Amino acid sequence: MASQHQTPTAHHEPSFPWQYVIGYVLSLVLTVIPLWLVLDHVLTPTPLTIGILFCAVLQIFVQLFMFMHFTHGDGSGEPAYQTVVLSIGFFFTVVFAGASIWIMSFSSQVQ
Amino acid sequence: MTTLAHNNVEHHHGAGDHVHVDYPERPIEYQTQDGALKILGFWVFLATDLILFACLFATFIVLRTHTDGGPTGKELFDVPIFTAETLILLTSSFTGGLATFEMHRGHRNRVIGWLIITALLGLSFVGLEVNEFVHMAMEGATMQRSAFLSAFFTLVGTHGCHVSLGILWMTGIIIQLFQRGITPITARKVYIVNMYWHFLDVVWVFLFTIVYLMGVM
Repeated sequence: MASQHQTPTAHHEPSFPWQYVIGYVLSLVLTVIPLWLVLDHVLTPTPLTIGILFCAVLQIFVQLFMFMHFTHGDGSGEPAYQTVVLSIGFFFTVVFAGASIWIMSFSSQVQ
Repeated sequence: MTTLAHNNVEHHHGAGDHVHVDYPERPIEYQTQDGALKILGFWVFLATDLILFACLFATFIVLRTHTDGGPTGKELFDVPIFTAETLILLTSSFTGGLATFEMHRGHRNRVIGWLIITALLGLSFVGLEVNEFVHMAMEGATMQRSAFLSAFFTLVGTHGCHVSLGILWMTGIIIQLFQRGITPITARKVYIVNMYWHFLDVVWVFLFTIVYLMGVM
């Protein structure tokens, strides 16, 4: 079988995918919490918005660190350059959304 | 890219089931120089794709209250449906991760199995979403009705297109795994398609939070 030759020598996975299972459980918890917060109206709108956005950000960390090997290098000892690349992407995302909300908050004053 | 992949395939068959390996000590998806470059290149693509979604999110956030007297999110969004969509996509992200895990352990059939489950979950997600869109359109909530709905369909539809493309892509990789087994080239493809899939889950988390949860708040 072709695959037998190339079976990696330096990359040993544990026998049970703990990292993925923990990530999955965390992502379920981080989905149920905001859903409960919204449906049961336990908070007033502003803390509620902050709360569910906070859960969303945590959820992203779960995906990046538990599933996407975000901080894993290519095995050469070089840094994981994708952390820089994607951080810039997230920076622009926050700026685009935040700046749009900010600039449009003047729309009633500037006619 | 096509030419390179084609050359590798020829090389693979010509040299007795051998793929040229540059770095045997690395994880299998990084063992060829080409593979390592493509994985980093794909991270750059994900960053640009993130900026695409950032623009659509910014548009949606600005326009979400501009319903023009038409239907609002609160009237349109169905909590059980979007919760089901979320759970399906989260589960598929997990099963995709398990495919990567089994790839590192060299179990071809398990990789194929998890990828098939992931693609089927993706299909059921797309099915639910299409159903949701059709229902909304039949209630008169079309893309043309208001600025809110234009922004909604563009944002959620773009994500849905990404998921649909991911299913086709994953199907192609499943076929290649059947034909070639786990080689540094197919391993890199499995790794990258799963990066894409997890990324779509990241985008969905924000759709779930900002579009749906804040819509029904």
